[in-house]
Amino acid sequence: MTDTAVISFAGSVCSDESRGPYPVPPVDWPRSDYSRVPYWLYHDDRIYHAEQERIFRGPTWNYVGLEAELPQAGDYFTSFIGDTPVIVSRDPGGQLQVVVNRCAHRGAIVRREARGNAETHTCIYHRWCYGHDGRLVGLPFLRGVKGKGGGMGPDFEKAQHGLRRLQIATYAGVIFASFSETAESLADYLGPVFLGHLDRLFQRPVRVLGYQRQRIAGNWKQYLENQRDTYHGSLLHEFQSTFGISRVTQEGGVTMDAHHRHNLTWAKTATDDEGDFTELYKKDRVHDSSLRLQDPALIQFHREWDDGISLAICGIFPNLTVHQISNSLATRQIRTTGPGEFELYWTLFGYTDDTPEMTDHRLLQANMVGPAGLISMEDGEAIEIVYRAICGDRQANQVIQMGGTGPITDLRHRVTDMPVRGFWAYWAQIMGVEPEGAVR
Amino acid sequence: MGVSAADSLLAVMSFNAAYARVIDDDDLERWPDFFTADAQYRITHVENVRDGLAAGMVYADSRDMLIDRISALREANVYERQRYRHVIGMPSVDLLEPGVLRSHAPFLIIRIMHTGEMTVFASGAYHDEFVQDEGSDLKLRKREVVCDSTSTDTLMAIPL
Repeated sequence: MTDTAVISFAGSVCSDESRGPYPVPPVDWPRSDYSRVPYWLYHDDRIYHAEQERIFRGPTWNYVGLEAELPQAGDYFTSFIGDTPVIVSRDPGGQLQVVVNRCAHRGAIVRREARGNAETHTCIYHRWCYGHDGRLVGLPFLRGVKGKGGGMGPDFEKAQHGLRRLQIATYAGVIFASFSETAESLADYLGPVFLGHLDRLFQRPVRVLGYQRQRIAGNWKQYLENQRDTYHGSLLHEFQSTFGISRVTQEGGVTMDAHHRHNLTWAKTATDDEGDFTELYKKDRVHDSSLRLQDPALIQFHREWDDGISLAICGIFPNLTVHQISNSLATRQIRTTGPGEFELYWTLFGYTDDTPEMTDHRLLQANMVGPAGLISMEDGEAIEIVYRAICGDRQANQVIQMGGTGPITDLRHRVTDMPVRGFWAYWAQIMGVEPEGAVR
Repeated sequence: MGVSAADSLLAVMSFNAAYARVIDDDDLERWPDFFTADAQYRITHVENVRDGLAAGMVYADSRDMLIDRISALREANVYERQRYRHVIGMPSVDLLEPGVLRSHAPFLIIRIMHTGEMTVFASGAYHDEFVQDEGSDLKLRKREVVCDSTSTDTLMAIPL
């Protein structure tokens, strides 16, 4: 057995590419600008496993939670990076720690609770006990039984058998972790636009209002596409356009980072003309809803930021969406469980200095999001009906060209799915399967 | 309430039977009628309740919001054809204060998709407070639907 196969406290496990167990199959891209994407990329097992290795366990920063969830020393919660279980904690000394939640002995899940407070983490199987930093602090029968022998033998060193400890970086109270010691800094990874947006949403200390989990029978990349396809919003989610929460006639746009891997979709409510909206959506026979609300408190927007932005859907590659929909705020973490299933883990939050009225208003507006959300309930379904129809196909492609083909750019409108092409450009890059003459 | 414990129990059971039937028969426009005008209706799960977290899946504090939810389901929301079968168990009922019954009732909800697929969609308990209206019918002034699972399959369109 070589050193690279040993999970050590010192970290650095990943084997080099030639020995990596999951080679990426070649991809025959129909177009170099990603305006056509083969369906098999969503349901292929080899792609899924290679993504875990190259993306989730690769040189990326993955969202794992909020510092507000770990107020006390010893607090921990369990989370996932892709499909790898992790423990996120504040150690007894107050330092944040992220370790792989898999015993270094036989590979069992160590911490099975959703959250709690503890000095150490102990595996139930053979009682190996770890510190928050993953260090193996003790195990039963290390030296055997007196007079009878046994034990791990003289060459066993505890320091070589810890939980895999990951790199951590936080920004504005948002915790990210990386398996890679060579990943760029979090600040470079996010870039100025997304640092600025996190500043905007997390400028005041936050308080978690509740959690939701939603299982979706589709491929995780479809959700990233869904978040970056900004023009589906007012078509699929009729509630949203009817009540002016999001319409393409409003002032808005899409902004990406230099690599086009992250995307911010934004809009300002009440910046369009009701007549223009009605004309456009009626002309294209999209909808002509007679829906009226008996209790309109749900859709009122209390302006909290000077910029007037009332809708901001921020997708940070690979596993995070942070939304502001009116006064509803939440992070959505993607946890993959296979090529055809993932879970969305919603963390609804407000600010610690919110008035009781504002907290109540955020709780009301939470009705718009999540699995029972008046706006967002359709996303899970849209993804599932696509996955069901494509999951056996190895030939056909999907079409991504609203907003045009060719170069990928930011836009001051939202009649576009260009950020979806931006996502694929970065995906192809990190997976090492870019076509000749690829746009980036 | 001025009624015997047995009468209260029967009244709540009969209420729950009618409630289940309205939802399961897709007679959703009548669903808000089971609530008072200022009723609270919540859907959440055991961990949020245990941790004292107020947000869940649905959070309404008026009957009008329940009416709005049904209008949205009928007019705006898009979801695959499906229906529920509620099985509501025996409630425990006690008098919270004069005129207010408190009840806990376990439920099981099977979801039947148009494809024929049938799954246990939710189990949990209704944590209720009932009052009597002018016609001495019971109305919910509070129904907190606490799901046993923290996870929802795809979407929750129809109320529980």
